[in-house]
Amino acid sequence: MPEERQPRAMCLVMRKSSLKRPLAFLPLFLVVTACSSGSRTETASSPALPQASIDPATAGTVSGRVVFTGTPPVMPVIDMSSNPQCERQHKAPVQAETVIVNSNGTLRNVFVWIKSGLPPAKWPVPANAAKLDQSGCMYSPRVQGVVEGQEFEILNSDPVNHNVHAECARNAAWNESQPPRAEHKFKQFGTEEVLFPVTCSVHPWMRAYVGVSPHPFFSVTSEDGTFELKGVPPGTYTIEAVHEKYGRKEGKVTVAPSGTASIEFTYGS
Amino acid sequence: MAPEIPYRPGLHRWSVLLAFCTLLLVVAGGLVTSRDAGLSVPDWPLSYGKLMPQMEGGIFYDHGHRMIATTVGLFTIVSLIWIWRVETRRWMKRLAVAALLAVIAQGVLGGLTVLLLLPWWISSSHASLAQLFFSTTVAMALFTSDWWRRQPDRMPESAASPVRGLSLLAPVCVLCQLALGAAARHKAIGSIYHICGSPVVTGVVLWISLRILLHYAKNRELRLGALVLLSITFCQVFLGIAAYMSRIAYADSVQPMPLMVTFTVIHVAVGALTLAASVSLAILVRRNVPAGAAVSL
Repeated sequence: MPEERQPRAMCLVMRKSSLKRPLAFLPLFLVVTACSSGSRTETASSPALPQASIDPATAGTVSGRVVFTGTPPVMPVIDMSSNPQCERQHKAPVQAETVIVNSNGTLRNVFVWIKSGLPPAKWPVPANAAKLDQSGCMYSPRVQGVVEGQEFEILNSDPVNHNVHAECARNAAWNESQPPRAEHKFKQFGTEEVLFPVTCSVHPWMRAYVGVSPHPFFSVTSEDGTFELKGVPPGTYTIEAVHEKYGRKEGKVTVAPSGTASIEFTYGS
Repeated sequence: MAPEIPYRPGLHRWSVLLAFCTLLLVVAGGLVTSRDAGLSVPDWPLSYGKLMPQMEGGIFYDHGHRMIATTVGLFTIVSLIWIWRVETRRWMKRLAVAALLAVIAQGVLGGLTVLLLLPWWISSSHASLAQLFFSTTVAMALFTSDWWRRQPDRMPESAASPVRGLSLLAPVCVLCQLALGAAARHKAIGSIYHICGSPVVTGVVLWISLRILLHYAKNRELRLGALVLLSITFCQVFLGIAAYMSRIAYADSVQPMPLMVTFTVIHVAVGALTLAASVSLAILVRRNVPAGAAVSL
């Protein structure tokens, strides 16, 4: 059974609100500059690792689903009246996507990945870019994964200005404007980080989550709440599920040569 | 204070206008933070590479704040030139220079907080300095008024109930409390510190106000000053409770809710008024209760 861990709801933004800061801050704000600014630097990549190789003859699959128990929370309707051009793009009121429980009782938008167990290796970076679109003043997709070093392409399909703020903690955070019809942005993340939010302050309801993984074995649950990690080398792995509101859960699986291992995660309100 | 100081109504009205615009600026800044719009405009000093971007969503609040800030900056420069040319009081000139330096520092802090993605120590410093700057403009309005030229009805300090030193404690405590509130709003600390500071500041305000009302009530200026500070602080406590309750009520919302924004921004603005009232009371105490040997009243 998956092991429950302390939820890390809403990810990294909450870290800053911890009570660890000292009280003596008013005249000391400038003194701690160095400490705070250091957190933004990108971690250096690990020393030279052997190139990972997957034997297609023995590679297996990890599959499963994420179940939601209890009464699904009612998501509020997003008020887009502050920007009528956003509002006009939707025929019906748009509900928040923080928690989406599918009709079969499963949970959507859960990032599932192999947290540990893979041999240290440098995994191939996908040639195609992971895409994040801004359409109807909503991010699409809500949750996605990228491999370290993979191109991350950001589009603005809206007729309005957006700012794109990657609120990373381990990678370098950035905030850039993207006016309508502007060129696509291409970014990369060099350090493992699961998950961090991407936000837009022009439209404060806009929120997406990105998981940066050192390998390609990750997935996000969709309309049926299932996930599948293909091409996994035989071995025993810790699988972690991360949801933006309900936090993290993990469990262990063993993948036999050419076999399929199953695991189910359960979240509840 | 000295009778030979000429009254310049134009300068006084200008100083009042500057103080009023600064309060508007504090409100605009509060709106930026409360509406999570602090990074709507990622570039600085331009906005989306322009002087005037399309005012939509959070850009309306963020760029609107910049526009009011620019106006206040220009008004402060005019104040300095005006005061430098007509004022005979050297300390008044120095105060105008300090105001200009403060407003420049505010602009730089505002720009840095955008470019460095809202580090708590810069954002909180920006919010705290804003409160100090507002009090400075209120003091400038006081010092340029016709009322300031009149001879005050001075009274000796009571040895049993001294007030000169105590009057300085209120602005210091209020400023610390405002800084705690700013740090909480910028997620540097939990709001518990600001909440715990509230009874302390209220107690200090009560202490000094009651001392003045009990022992210096014959002096109209002091009486009025104490009553104003007491009233504003009383309102501020309830506004703080309302702001906190609204945050709890909308904790799960996906965007800033109007009620929460309204209470929080009013709380920020009245916080600025509380500091200004406490600074003004300290000024009034120094004007009306001269230094020297305290006497038994």
